[in-house]
Amino acid sequence: MRQEPGLRDGLVDGIPLVVGFFPVAMAFGLMAKTTDVSLVDTCLFSLAVFAGASQFMALDLIKAGIAIPDIILATFLLNLRHLMMSASLALRLKEVKKSLLPLIAFGVTDETFSVASLKSGKIGAPYLLGLNGIAYGAWAGGTVAGYLVGKVLPMAVQNSLGVGLYALFMAILVPEMKKDNGVLLLAALSGLVYLLIDRVAVFSSGWSLIAAIIAAAAMGVLVLKDTLGEGQG
Amino acid sequence: MTTYLPLIIGMMIVTYLPRLLPLIILSKHPLPSPVRRFLCYIPYAALGALIVRGVAQSASGMTPATLVGIAVAALFTFLGGGLVVSVMASIVAAYFVLAPW
Repeated sequence: MRQEPGLRDGLVDGIPLVVGFFPVAMAFGLMAKTTDVSLVDTCLFSLAVFAGASQFMALDLIKAGIAIPDIILATFLLNLRHLMMSASLALRLKEVKKSLLPLIAFGVTDETFSVASLKSGKIGAPYLLGLNGIAYGAWAGGTVAGYLVGKVLPMAVQNSLGVGLYALFMAILVPEMKKDNGVLLLAALSGLVYLLIDRVAVFSSGWSLIAAIIAAAAMGVLVLKDTLGEGQG
Repeated sequence: MTTYLPLIIGMMIVTYLPRLLPLIILSKHPLPSPVRRFLCYIPYAALGALIVRGVAQSASGMTPATLVGIAVAALFTFLGGGLVVSVMASIVAAYFVLAPW
């Protein structure tokens, strides 16, 4: 019988996320500084919110002079995607103590979710807490580092750090594509639908993303053979 | 400097709730197969849309570097490199595109 992945496996699987998160968090810290946010507030963003896309978006909206309640609403809309991720994660969880769920939930991000959801078999609390914990540490550490020393780096280095996030998405996706062509189809379809919806500009940018993801996954249910997903669980 | 504490607290709440509620509510009940498949497809769809969005929304000066970075990550991963190596390689590649030669 295979052993259930534990805390140690979570920490090890989280190392790539550290490499991916740290530079992106540095970019956030740096951008917060140029937006005139204090060091304490910048740290609080990363410690309390822990959602990269939302934090970058918030800085953008602060710069644009958008009212606080509107920024909060936009954040809510953007983060509805975590609703789907947590729901998907709930299916994969082994018996977990109820008291640990709030702690596990806090660490659900696009990246930690992707790593966890692509891990085969059932997963438990120690694995998730290790994975989320190391990613959280990297995010907080990178934020402080970016705020304090980011300005020293040459502009080209600052910008190339930001690319790491998308490289990380791609690096998570490709091994799954190799296993099953359906993954490539789903990802491409989702990207295409996003571009279409965004072009028509019916929704705000955050909603376009959510709509594209839901539409592509729904089309997948109709079109794809049942080889993916079921076998994973 | 303005204090952003109300914004941070508000953002924390609306970020945390969507993360927490499904874990508490769904954890007991088994789901019908189409719903289950739908949820399993979401990560792949999300990654695809996030990548495309990253390219589409990149500042015009950043688009070539972003594309090169993504392509290099795809190539390295395809050839069997781990996440660390692939992400590092792509940051280096992006730097080569952006560097003021």
